[in-house]
Formats: sequence, C-alpha cells, structure tokens
Amino acid sequence: MNNSREAVHTETDAALRTKALESLLVEKGLLTTDIIDEVVQKYEQDVGPLNGAKVVARAWSDPDYKRRLLEDGTAAIAELGFGDAHGSKIVVLENTASVHHVVVCTLCSCYPWSVLGLPPSWYKSYAYRSRVVREPRAVLREFNLDLPDSIEIRVWDSNSDLRYMVLPERPAGAEDHTEEQLVALVTRDSMIGVAKVESPAK
Amino acid sequence: MTQKADGQIAAMEAQISLPRENGELVFQAPWEARAFGLAVALNEQEIYEWCEFSAELAATIAAAEQSNDPSSYYARWIASLEELVIARGLISREQLDARTAECAAGILDDHDH
Repeated sequence: MNNSREAVHTETDAALRTKALESLLVEKGLLTTDIIDEVVQKYEQDVGPLNGAKVVARAWSDPDYKRRLLEDGTAAIAELGFGDAHGSKIVVLENTASVHHVVVCTLCSCYPWSVLGLPPSWYKSYAYRSRVVREPRAVLREFNLDLPDSIEIRVWDSNSDLRYMVLPERPAGAEDHTEEQLVALVTRDSMIGVAKVESPAK
Repeated sequence: MTQKADGQIAAMEAQISLPRENGELVFQAPWEARAFGLAVALNEQEIYEWCEFSAELAATIAAAEQSNDPSSYYARWIASLEELVIARGLISREQLDARTAECAAGILDDHDH
C-alpha cells in the first residue's frame, strides 16, 4: 500500500502511539472515547474475567492451590499461565462468612487486568472510588449486595505495583460441580468484591 | 454498505490472526485492547472497510517478519492503523509524532494503568 512503511515500534512506544492516535481521532471528532469503550467492552466482556474465574474455580477445587494462591497470588496465578507482564503483584483476598473484601483504586483505575480484563466503567468513576472507602456498606447495597452488620467489610486500595483480586465464597448448591462448571458461575463483580457468586440455577 | 469487522475478525486467518487462548482474544496490556478497539471502531464508523485494515496489517506483519523484527502483534497492529489513518489524510504523521511526544512527557497522563 505504501513504500514508506515505518519500522514497527517498541512496546512502550506502541502504547504511547496508541494513546496519541486515540486522542487525535477523538479531537477530530472521528471517534469518541465512548464508542471505543463500547467496542472494547463488547469484545472483552466474556474474555476478560475468564482468567480470574479459572483461578477461582481451581482454588475452590484444590485446597493446596488455594493455600498457594492466598500465600503468593502472583506465583499461583502464573501457574495457570496468567499474569502481568509488567511485574505488578497480585494479592488474592479470601471472602469468608465473617469477612468481605472489596477492591478499589482510589487514585485512578489500577486493576488486575491480567485476570479480570479491563475495568468496568463504574470502577473508574469518581463516585465509586471516593464512596466505597467512606461508606462501603451503602455502596455495596447499591450493587444489590446487602451484607449484615455482623460481616466485617475490608476495602483494599490497588496501586500500580500491587493489585487485588477477591476470592469469593463457593456458593451453596455447587458442591458437585466440576472445575469447568464452577468457572461458569464466577462473575467479574464477585472478584472485585461488589457481588457474591450466586448458587447455580436448579 | 461498509463491511463490518464483526464476522470478519473471526475470519482473520494465518499470519494476521488475532492472538487467542482457547479461542478467546488475548490482550497482554490495556493499550493492546485500546489499539484493537480503535481499529474496530473506525471501521464501524465506516472510515474504511475491514479488508483494507487487514491488508495493511498483513503487509506490516510480512515486512516485520522479513526483517526479523521481534515486535509484538499489537505493536504491528497499531503501526498498521497509523499507516492507514495517515494514508487517508485523517491525521498527519507530524501531528501523530507531536502528540506521541506529549504523551511521553506525561502531558496527557490519564492515570489509566
């Protein structure tokens, strides 16, 4: 198509050029960030959180794996072939009958994308970032998760070096499920901590 | 009617096929998903036919393979998209270079990492 093909750029350069290209195209009115978000989300929706769901299903099925996962999330996640090429650590937090963990990035939108895909837009919203720290119980209620006062809620603030993922409780009614069947039950929101994993439909 | 990327992404084969794992798209970093989204969104806005983009990508990949360039799939993807967008006169290489330098200097840091 042309003879002046530029040499392909290095990774960092490619990331910067992607950002530059997006900002120019948006500025020129050829695209909006919403349109791009929509496209990305459409393709990412089922893709993104699947790695995380596999990690959770393995932890539910294999107590040894679960122990390793809680001890060193980064290493245990790497066992399944997932992980962040840029070296940020992933810490996995186990939800129990008495403690419920929820993850936020108050500063920006740090997110364990290697296991959860791209963050949902509400995760990046100022409202979520500021409110979940101050009034987690009320925010979780807005996600239709009404936790009794007896359950302690812990809010974890991600950053660029350290990202959190929640290991939700295995739901009742899934005792006989194979690991593969369990994967299908695990949702993105349950691994951020704004939802529980629902019992399988009978 | 402009050809839409939807069915054609699945049809991209051999050398230009998208990185997948168990049949699903795999992005190694958020910018890769962004680069993917840009190309598909521009097609959806009927800026170009999907086959024009995939032809550009095939040419970039072939050129890179020939010169033993170890660049990643999405680095080649965004390079192809740049070529196409510049060839269409939507933006100039100078504008893109200048904006890239601004991004590198952190002027446009949107903290999305």
